[in-house]
Amino acid sequence: MSIILFKAILVVLLFLISLGIAAYSTYAERKVAAFLQDRIGPDRAGPFGLLQPIADGVKMFLKEEIIPTMSDKFLFILGPSVFMVTTLMVSAVIPWGMPLEFGGETYALQVADINIGILYVLGVVSLGVYGIMIGGWASNNKYALLGAIRASSQMISYELAMGMSVVAILLMTNGSLSINNIVEAQGTGKLYGFINVSGMNWNVFYQPVAFLIFLICAFAEANRTPFDLPESESELIGGFHTEYSSMKLGLYLFGEYINMFISSAIIACLFFGGYNFPGIDYLGTILPHNMVSIISVLVMFGKIFFFIFLFMWVRWTIPRFRYDQLMRLGWQILMPIAIVNVLLTAAAITLFGN
Amino acid sequence: MSSQLIFFILAALSIMSALFVVFSKNPIYSVIWLIVCFFSIAGHYIMLNAQFLAIVHIIVYAGAIMVLMLFTVMLLNLNKATEPHKPLLYKLAAMVSGGLMLLVLLASMRSTQLGEYASPAYTESGFVQNVGMVLFTEFLLPFEMTSVLFIAAMIGAVVLAKKEVH
Amino acid sequence: MQLTNRSKVVTQPEMTWVEKLYLPAIFSGLQITIKHLFRKKATLKYPEVKKEFASVYRGMHVLKRDEQGRENCTACGLCAVSCPAEAITMDAAERKKGEEHLYREEKYAAKYEINMLRCIYCGLCEEACPKDAIYLTDRIVPSEYTRGEFVFGKDMLVEKIDDRVDVSKRKKEYSI
Repeated sequence: MSIILFKAILVVLLFLISLGIAAYSTYAERKVAAFLQDRIGPDRAGPFGLLQPIADGVKMFLKEEIIPTMSDKFLFILGPSVFMVTTLMVSAVIPWGMPLEFGGETYALQVADINIGILYVLGVVSLGVYGIMIGGWASNNKYALLGAIRASSQMISYELAMGMSVVAILLMTNGSLSINNIVEAQGTGKLYGFINVSGMNWNVFYQPVAFLIFLICAFAEANRTPFDLPESESELIGGFHTEYSSMKLGLYLFGEYINMFISSAIIACLFFGGYNFPGIDYLGTILPHNMVSIISVLVMFGKIFFFIFLFMWVRWTIPRFRYDQLMRLGWQILMPIAIVNVLLTAAAITLFGN
Repeated sequence: MSSQLIFFILAALSIMSALFVVFSKNPIYSVIWLIVCFFSIAGHYIMLNAQFLAIVHIIVYAGAIMVLMLFTVMLLNLNKATEPHKPLLYKLAAMVSGGLMLLVLLASMRSTQLGEYASPAYTESGFVQNVGMVLFTEFLLPFEMTSVLFIAAMIGAVVLAKKEVH
Repeated sequence: MQLTNRSKVVTQPEMTWVEKLYLPAIFSGLQITIKHLFRKKATLKYPEVKKEFASVYRGMHVLKRDEQGRENCTACGLCAVSCPAEAITMDAAERKKGEEHLYREEKYAAKYEINMLRCIYCGLCEEACPKDAIYLTDRIVPSEYTRGEFVFGKDMLVEKIDDRVDVSKRKKEYSI
């Protein structure tokens, strides 16, 4: 099996997994919301309502496609396409598990291990806002435009704090920007220098503040409550996708859930050791290598699902921010804390070595 | 040569998108073509094995500055009826400055020699570590000067924002 | 002047540093919601599982028949008089020869209509009825598409001979 074929298979698989997880996130969202509110949620389509996403998808495809007369038709179609493409692009640099080995050759479970991995993530995530802005403007609707404006200002404000919190992590991994290196660094060494559990040297134990900042910014970048101002139903009637219908609306909603999935994966990689889990070295001695790889993939997805659940859990707990509060939090609170955190980390590394 | 082919495609794309920026009637389309132009330039950076520059180019220009630009253009009233009538003086000034720009470009083009396209040798000078090394050793003074400039701009913005509070 | 000692002075004290972080408040909120995740659910799967009504529940009316399947109603009009919403109208008719197996008394209601949109389900018709003819049951009034369809005639109100409506619970309430 050539490496190209393997990568092609991986890309197709990732595409399908992203879409599948996005589809079932909609179901999970409704179920979690229901359970947190003492209800049981959708349970009619199939056992426990498991076919609900398929029913929703069919509904989306069959709905009438409406393009407003006064809208800019080309941009109106471009908006959701750009949004979907950018969200799907991020998953290319995430390592999903330990490399597989077939016949002496190693196959990394990562589409591209580029040496600017985390910058690539930040760059592509910042492009996602174009989909929202173009779609919101092209709708020729006040609410859509307001949603688009909110989205863009929110994205720009929170990207800075997000980047700053990542800098602290980069300082700890000897300045490597590759996500694969960041994950590998968390699988080696002792926690705090003396707790000797293999695969447990996670960044979150050193950088809880950076983790918190990154988490908050991830909520904001994925337009999730408490930062869902761009699409707040109660004030903006859906915000940037007010005028959208049928599968174009579906692409926006889907893209949002893929965003959530990818954000969870990145949080897992940067702060929770990615595919590393306690006892990974011990398991490597008693099980064949490929077995451990598969377990590591499962662990990675376990972490991702936990964070997706966290996203939903927070959504159904905390109400929406007001716009000025959002800006204050981003610029006056998160930014200074992130900068101070970077300085403290740098000082600690210079003083105590590693 | 596949890399040469990619170069020609990217070059054509960047020139075309740059032309579209100028010739689009709708400012929103201009902005979008400018974003496409930035992307093709980032592609050129990658062709030169300068991945760090490419991604920073995308983050800073396509990701932040163009978002702000689009943000501003979106808020303009783009109806043709409300377009203000430009006085003759403005048109003349625009013509003169455009002509001067053309002269400068022509002069600089006259003195350059067209060389053969050569695929650049594999270098690692565009990698993060190397860029950082160069920035903090060879170009330390310009780098620090730029940061001072940015700090001044930031403080200015804060002062302007805080003005109303007494 | 203080009337009772239950009154409380409302104050808005300055928030402490910990409170200004908002994080403890957010975590306690998250704790509350996660508790609900494991709580017993209040949902009933409606068409399969139905909630039991109270014995005094006043739902759709029924016009009763006696044991031999004859209609009890004699069209005396007391229900219509007692109805505060004026939802009941009826036409009386005399029983003909050969109709003894249909109507219990010599007079019967040829037309009996209740406007279900006017009805306030107070149950006064039931109390006014001297013949045990009308009862409010625990059945829910079906939904219709037009207003006219909510005027229920005898076809909707009189119980079917082979499908009797049990009102023993309500009879017990009033048999003091």
